[in-house]
Amino acid sequence: MGTLTEEIFSHKLGRPVHAGETIVVEVDHVMSHDTTTPLAIEAFQKLADQTGGKVFDRSRSHLIFDHIIPAATIQAAGLHRQTRNFAREQGLEILQQGICHQVMPEMGFVTPGAVIVGADSHSCSYGAFGAFGTGMGSTDIAVAYATGRAWFRVPETINVHLTGQLQPGVYAKDAALEVVRRVGVDGANYRALEFTGELIENFSMSERFTFCNMAIEMGGKAGLIAADETTRAWLTGRTEAKYPMLRVHEPRYERVFEIDASTLTPQIACPPDVNNVVPVAEVTSVKLDQVFLGTCTNGRLDDLAIAASILKGRRVHPETRMVIIPASREIQLEALRLGYIQTFIEAGASVGTPGCGPCIGRHFGVLAPGERALTTMNRNFTGRMGDPTAEIYLGSPATVAASALTGYITDPRDYL
Amino acid sequence: MSRIWKLGDNINTDIIIPGRYNVTTDRAQLAKHCLCEVLPEFAPQVQPGDVMMAGHNFGCGSSREHAPASILGCGVKVIIARSFARIFYRNAVNIGLPALVCEEAVLASNDGDNIEVNLERGEITNLSTGQTFQSEPLDPFVARIVQAGGILEHIRLEGTLR
Repeated sequence: MGTLTEEIFSHKLGRPVHAGETIVVEVDHVMSHDTTTPLAIEAFQKLADQTGGKVFDRSRSHLIFDHIIPAATIQAAGLHRQTRNFAREQGLEILQQGICHQVMPEMGFVTPGAVIVGADSHSCSYGAFGAFGTGMGSTDIAVAYATGRAWFRVPETINVHLTGQLQPGVYAKDAALEVVRRVGVDGANYRALEFTGELIENFSMSERFTFCNMAIEMGGKAGLIAADETTRAWLTGRTEAKYPMLRVHEPRYERVFEIDASTLTPQIACPPDVNNVVPVAEVTSVKLDQVFLGTCTNGRLDDLAIAASILKGRRVHPETRMVIIPASREIQLEALRLGYIQTFIEAGASVGTPGCGPCIGRHFGVLAPGERALTTMNRNFTGRMGDPTAEIYLGSPATVAASALTGYITDPRDYL
Repeated sequence: MSRIWKLGDNINTDIIIPGRYNVTTDRAQLAKHCLCEVLPEFAPQVQPGDVMMAGHNFGCGSSREHAPASILGCGVKVIIARSFARIFYRNAVNIGLPALVCEEAVLASNDGDNIEVNLERGEITNLSTGQTFQSEPLDPFVARIVQAGGILEHIRLEGTLR
């Protein structure tokens, strides 16, 4: 009886589990990427004499390259080699077809009711499938690789209930930014977020992903949406695994936020905190050196489709650079087939290899001192995309595409 | 006697160590860039045993363990904050960097004050003002990890994670 988080852990342990308990759980899948794996390997090796030096289950241990792929520096290449050596020793395949959080569900590893730990803070994204996904550091992940287990303090839950429908030109990202504005950057610290309501139920899997992805921007341990027929339909053909369709039962929420989505307008998160959210109309005088469409928040096919519809037959402003990176090869191929990639290239955008791209400021569109960027990323932290004096604004794919055309932050509703 | 290095609210992991420096696992290398964007004098001047103090939500953002590793590499003995972001807190505890929550001590202390911390008792004494504070008690499970000196050491003692 309880919140979705309590239901998942109760199902896992076969007994009722409540918020506040500290538990040790067998995890379903473990993931780390090219930046976090090297530290995990060092910790893993320190446990080798005790745990036998092999990962607990090869089919549930996943190494993914996405942060700096292909390697941009000698140091990055060295870290990749270290991880390749580890993969060879362990008999693991390194997945290199996109951003870890996009690849995990595409491979069918993310199913309702699963407990998934990843050495990346945006592992909370898996909650879009009704799974309990959470980010951990490399040492916790090393322990999970070695033992198949992780410890959790079962979190209290904050419910965000969204009613109504989004107006044309307003997207899941705008609603997610509004949620961060309301909850605050640490409003959900140590807690799970559960997203419910008509808006969420009508969302596609991609839109749900955008929402759960942003849970960590409120400090959330996880961001969950109960699985339904939309979830089941998406998973069909991707996994043969049986999974429970868990629902909440008389959940006790610590706090409830009610948001009427029908009144929302396009939103922008201004630097340097994600809750610094204003309507796009307030920042249309911000001149942009670069725009970036992509990431685990907004690099999926529907995001690319919106941008392509705005960019079709138009040119990116000559004083603004546009970078577009599909979240995975699967998405990239589909975008190629549908002509989006051609539209982007004809508009003057640079289209990059699936991965994190400039979101972590190491390659493919690093910012110079004082430059300003508008991106579909989830974070606008100081220095994240390069020089610490550069400024990062966050918005929806539509707002990013419209702004690419004018060189200023622009309301996408003028271009629909 | 140790010096307090005091920071504000929402110090995120990109501030603690920018992503472009996370290209090594060597703590001494990471330490050189700790807080380089906001407090460039910190890394060259910090002394082993110094104490870091911060406001709310310390360590928010990425799961990069490079953040607590760089602080540990600087020789910081303990971080005292009004609150910690969850992943950072786990990472710090896991690698043996003590993290205490004590609202009163943070509010009543200034950057540069001298401080003494008794980790076993959670007792914090600001030697510059003479005030003593008690940190919030640790979750019993976390306390076992801290006592062992990190999660790997904890597993070594227990035989597995339980």
